[in-house]
Amino acid sequence: MGIQDLIKKLENELDEVENGSLTPETSIRDVEWWSSMHALVIIALIDTEYDVAISGADLKTIFTIQDIFNVIQEKKKNGSN
Amino acid sequence: MAQINIQGFQIRGVSSVVPEHELSNLDYELLTMSERKMLIKTTGIEKRRVAKTGVTTSDLAIQAANKLFDKLKWKRNEIEILVFITQSRDYYLPSTAVVSQNKLKLPVSCIAFDVGLGCSGYVYGLSIITSMMKAGGLKKGILLAGDVSTVSCNYKDKSAYPLFGDAGTATFIENTEGTNNWIFDLNSDGSGEDAIKIYDGGVRNLPSLESFLEKEYSGGIFRNGFNLALNGLDIFNFSVTTVPKAILSFLNLNSKTTESFDYFIMHQANLLMNETIRKKLKFDKEITPYSLKDYGNTSSASIPLTMTTMKGLNKEVSLLISGFGVGLSWANAIIENNPIEYLLLNNYEDE
Repeated sequence: MGIQDLIKKLENELDEVENGSLTPETSIRDVEWWSSMHALVIIALIDTEYDVAISGADLKTIFTIQDIFNVIQEKKKNGSN
Repeated sequence: MAQINIQGFQIRGVSSVVPEHELSNLDYELLTMSERKMLIKTTGIEKRRVAKTGVTTSDLAIQAANKLFDKLKWKRNEIEILVFITQSRDYYLPSTAVVSQNKLKLPVSCIAFDVGLGCSGYVYGLSIITSMMKAGGLKKGILLAGDVSTVSCNYKDKSAYPLFGDAGTATFIENTEGTNNWIFDLNSDGSGEDAIKIYDGGVRNLPSLESFLEKEYSGGIFRNGFNLALNGLDIFNFSVTTVPKAILSFLNLNSKTTESFDYFIMHQANLLMNETIRKKLKFDKEITPYSLKDYGNTSSASIPLTMTTMKGLNKEVSLLISGFGVGLSWANAIIENNPIEYLLLNNYEDE
């Protein structure tokens, strides 16, 4: 998987986001529509699409799309799921 | 894995009774309109039924049972066991099942007791009642399941308030000595006890004046000690990791696949969670029914309530049912059943 693939999936999943508007540097928490519900939507997406479970502790380390991508890569590498 | 195999039981009828009063999450003023829409889209919960003050789970479930007595023509003195699954009992004591035995005019020879489980409770309940009926050669039993959860949720707790609805259900079960199989897989993990919890009012934290004090938690959430506290992220992670894994090993152990079932009926927790489980297990949308939209999370009533909103149980079916949540506790079952003669869904009528 590449980060562009993740971005495409996030853009499809989140109603508030227009296609082509997300970059690896986008800070997901700084957008005005962000809520805890969005966190769950993203966790569900990552679980379904990449078979990776993001915990509450992981979530605290995530600010940008790049952070999400790194956590997925890390977990895939460690086979920690 | 604690697996229980039981042969020869049939569900003859399922009956749900819900309060007439309906609340819409579109009217939940603690969220902005766009947050309300997001909430409804994500949780799948648009409306919920809310019991009037003083109406209990047993009021709903007893009315549900009486409706089935009218239809099925079972004699009340034939009932040998009544199991009541609830976490919102009428009194601290006695047991709500025993109170219900009298109100339903069941014989005093009837076994009656409560089981204090929530989301996993219906599946546990089916296994408990059929195990006892099998061991004792009992012919007819009634499983009551439900909760009035809305009394425990604080309006100012947006993490819990919009999710729960009230319902009472009755399932009439007969020991037919036939050859159909019911298989149960029952689990618990108390290390997750804080994921969904009412902290005060039991013996650990006796009710006190302080229990009534409303405190502010993160994100503008307010609760007192008697209110239900829910850690959404913990529950979510448990539900989408532990539950599908358990179902998969249960199916493997019994040489079943998703193709083996006519329906996959889950506890109705929230749509995002349930859909994640469904997608991971690759069950078709068409065979995975939901009642969330109109009723929300109704605790142990959610599986039977969903059954009474479905078409398609009027034929011979193989069902996979799964309940998961508070405890933590989770339970799966394979239920082979003849056509269910009566599936009833009614509003509660004041008595």
